Amino acid sequence: MDPAIRISPESVAPADEALARQDASLIDVAGLEFHYGKIKALDGVTMKIPEKQVTALIGPSGCGKSTLLRCFNRMNDLIENAHLTGGRVKIHGVDIYGSDVDVMELRKRVGMVFQKTNPFPNSVYENITFGLQLQGVKDKTKLDEVVERSLRAAALWGEVKDRLHESGLSLSGGQQQRLCIARAIAVEPEIILMDEPCSALDPVATARVEELIHQLKKKYTIVIVTHNMQQAARCSDRTAFLYLGKLIEYADTRTMFIKPSDSQTEAYVSGRFG
Amino acid sequence: MKRFFDTELETFRSNLVLMGEIAVRQVRQAIEAMVNADLSLAEQVAAADDELDQLEIKIDEEAIRYMSLRSPVATELRLVIVGMKASHDLERVGDEATNIVRRVARLSSEPPLKSYEDLPRMAAMAVEMLRDALDCFLRVDAEKALAVCQRDKDVDEINRALYQELTGYMIENPKTTNRALELMFISKSVERIADHASNIAEEMIYLANGEDVRHTEATRNPDAS
Repeated sequence: MDPAIRISPESVAPADEALARQDASLIDVAGLEFHYGKIKALDGVTMKIPEKQVTALIGPSGCGKSTLLRCFNRMNDLIENAHLTGGRVKIHGVDIYGSDVDVMELRKRVGMVFQKTNPFPNSVYENITFGLQLQGVKDKTKLDEVVERSLRAAALWGEVKDRLHESGLSLSGGQQQRLCIARAIAVEPEIILMDEPCSALDPVATARVEELIHQLKKKYTIVIVTHNMQQAARCSDRTAFLYLGKLIEYADTRTMFIKPSDSQTEAYVSGRFG
Repeated sequence: MKRFFDTELETFRSNLVLMGEIAVRQVRQAIEAMVNADLSLAEQVAAADDELDQLEIKIDEEAIRYMSLRSPVATELRLVIVGMKASHDLERVGDEATNIVRRVARLSSEPPLKSYEDLPRMAAMAVEMLRDALDCFLRVDAEKALAVCQRDKDVDEINRALYQELTGYMIENPKTTNRALELMFISKSVERIADHASNIAEEMIYLANGEDVRHTEATRNPDAS
């Protein structure tokens, strides 16, 4: 791959490198506008997401938070009639919407976990190795290592180490979600995007995933969309509140839940609207 | 959007306001009982302390219930936290009023040591601080609350001056020692009431803008704020 389009620290432009060092932000969003056909879903969103922290995106349904999340790995490209119509998203200073960016490489660096658990209808082992095999990795020892490392990182190894060749679909909902996280980790991303990862899980499974998020942020930058205010408060370091496509307020989570600046944020986090 | 449990917070607020009104009344009546050597009023003050104690327990129960079941955040969270803390201060104000009337009962058996001027003046200042701090709760006024905190030092000064004066009485005439000591303790109680008013005012600043001003220069020095 052309080194110029790699999403890696080496490709950071000098000016942005200084900026990135200054505030350790990994994802730099500026004036982002996004349309589904004629409907504006994002309206001038500007924010910097710091690395190795958890950033929560909150807001009522239709506010644009999932659209924003999907902009970070260009998953919106897969939606017909959906377009970035203004602004930019930079990761490590590289505009990820640049014409020379390898989208597959981008999605390898920016993994994603969805609301609905979606393991492949294959074995636990194959779920983890799928991405690597796509990349042409065939070395069994290497694949075994990745499976164990990923499942351990996803706090699932102890529960499935004797069931690696059973179907991923045979696991419980909470285990399936952690399997999906392990699958995302297997290709060694820098960023993990989570779109309501616990909305279909019971409280115990939710607590496990939240604990996992807390552990994973030591190594990864995590951006999570959640409708659960308490989850945002528990899990995230920074919280962004979006409403009608606009970023209303973005601050450290403590501030957002103790003394938000904007009355709309206050009303939303207090459950008074949305 | 109104929520079905919003009335719970209204009740919480009302109970705190009620507690404040009772505490202010207790202090006023305690000083009145001292000035007029009115033992009947003194007994009334002591008996009413239980009202404040019960309200403090009720406010704590309501706060714990609200935090457990309603998961308050932002202004609501600050209100519940501040409400609990302010209710403890108000309960302590009630205790100080009770301490004053106990000493009034002891003083009543002897002729007055001096005319009561400084103590009622000091008590009026403390009561005014308390009233203003409670007013800041109703109006959510951080600026006024900060001014309340800054007035605490005026009460401290009168307390110090009274201490010096009463010590002088004791040195000059040891027979005045009991009365002088009782008055010193009353003065100290009034000074503590002003401290509680100042604490409540600090809590109201936190309620208004989330800023914790405790133990900062801003609460002592108007020029620092």
